Amino acid sequence: MKKPEIAVIGGGPAGLSAAIAASELGARVTLIDRNSRLGGQLVKQTHMFFGSEKQYASIRGIDIAAILEETMNNYDVEVMLDATVLGYYQEDGVITIEQNDKYIKLKPQRTIVATGASEKVLAFPNNDLPGIYGAGAVQTLMNQYGVIPGNDVLMVGAGNIGLIVSYQLRQAGVNVKAIIDAAPRIGGYLVHASKVRRLGIPIYTSTTVKEAVGDQTLEKVVLWKLDESWNPIEGTEWEVDVDVMCISVGLSPLAELLWQAGCEMKYIPELGGHVPLRDELTLETTVKGLYVAGDVAGVEEASSAMVEGRLAGLSAAKSLGYDKDGIYEALKKDCLKQLNDLRSGPVGEKIRQGLKKLAG
Amino acid sequence: MLEKTGVATQKDLEKVMPSKERLKKGPVAVIECFQRIPCNPCYTSCKVGAIKELVEDINDIPELDEDKCIGCGLCVSKCPGLAIFIVDETYSKDEAKIMLPYEFLPLPEEGQIVDALNREGKVVGKARVLQVKNGKYEDKTPVISIAVPKRLSMEVRNIRLGD
Repeated sequence: MKKPEIAVIGGGPAGLSAAIAASELGARVTLIDRNSRLGGQLVKQTHMFFGSEKQYASIRGIDIAAILEETMNNYDVEVMLDATVLGYYQEDGVITIEQNDKYIKLKPQRTIVATGASEKVLAFPNNDLPGIYGAGAVQTLMNQYGVIPGNDVLMVGAGNIGLIVSYQLRQAGVNVKAIIDAAPRIGGYLVHASKVRRLGIPIYTSTTVKEAVGDQTLEKVVLWKLDESWNPIEGTEWEVDVDVMCISVGLSPLAELLWQAGCEMKYIPELGGHVPLRDELTLETTVKGLYVAGDVAGVEEASSAMVEGRLAGLSAAKSLGYDKDGIYEALKKDCLKQLNDLRSGPVGEKIRQGLKKLAG
Repeated sequence: MLEKTGVATQKDLEKVMPSKERLKKGPVAVIECFQRIPCNPCYTSCKVGAIKELVEDINDIPELDEDKCIGCGLCVSKCPGLAIFIVDETYSKDEAKIMLPYEFLPLPEEGQIVDALNREGKVVGKARVLQVKNGKYEDKTPVISIAVPKRLSMEVRNIRLGD
């Protein structure tokens, strides 16, 4: 059984950043990802990132994935692709992996879980009709495989993902008939909202799905308005003829491995669901030697996922005694400052509240 | 209201409109960024120091020094929110020139007459394409220069090529 110094589970923005940072300090890293290419959700992100230069602002997600992978290739990181981590055994810290029909065991000295998040679903009659997709699936179809999901789309959710995917649908020549959101206000960045409005796509807030209608596949969606208490208002129903409904109502952390590892978890709605308790300065969970970074630690933007990845990678390497030239403290401080900057504005308020609840 | 509709109101726009005197002097940036978000490429892309450094807080709303701004447009393709436009009301007697980001294919051709769209995507007139910048610097966010009737200089924010 191989015994790497640090195993990083997940090769998205957080995992790649963790592998790079740990390698910078001199640790030997094994990076495991279930996909056949690295980058996680970054490979579908064709929009430019926000933030500052340190988080690759103005660069598209897909290009950031390439930059991170290239940087990581400067180090001797062992990369396992098409490899799904199946379990974390808290008795001895062994992780089990399935790769190419083989069952592999690893016993790393430190493990960083950066598994990301999965999409939430929405309950309404006929929500299983073909033509109803998660926004992530639509992005995968379009941006990875070059396939459009249909002709006329209703986007459900005006958060950043809903707004960005609507824009991308239009770039692909697909007609987006409307974006709706149950909340009274647009949740995503207003610049993204203005971008889709300039294309002529309307956004209806305080609006939700009553039901989907269709014989074999989706044919139309019945919408209705919500009052201030989020209760549907009878008589406000209207119909939109679409063959695609794209659901983008938030993400929840993919925390199965953390449960299995015995991490102490807490339900924090602001962070997307159950998240692990951790030391904010190192991102180590209540299980010694097990670190978290990115959306699995609380759903947030990819910019902060990259910084969290760095922080977790640095901390794990430092705990193994690696601290080339004593730079750990300075690097850690820089990460903490970046996180603070990214979260300090009004759009970071939810995250701040969530983290406060988690710590309290 | 912007938070419900995604369309800036007159009141929002007043905050970012260059002064009348400045508009008489030539091209200038109009930064339609109204929400505090963590972002600063407008500042880092400006070569003449016309956008105030976001020293204290990266969430600050960009502040333009209209006297320093030369309307070069280097910030247009670098704003991740595609929220910066260059307006030149001195372009000709009747027309204003607008530079805007346009990430759609096919790209228009120079000289082509296209629909001019407002912030709600409604057609408000015609625009003549003056220039299409789509080089390495723009990095897949082409910057299109158009000429529109002067009265539409603060209305037109998108184009459509028609069928």
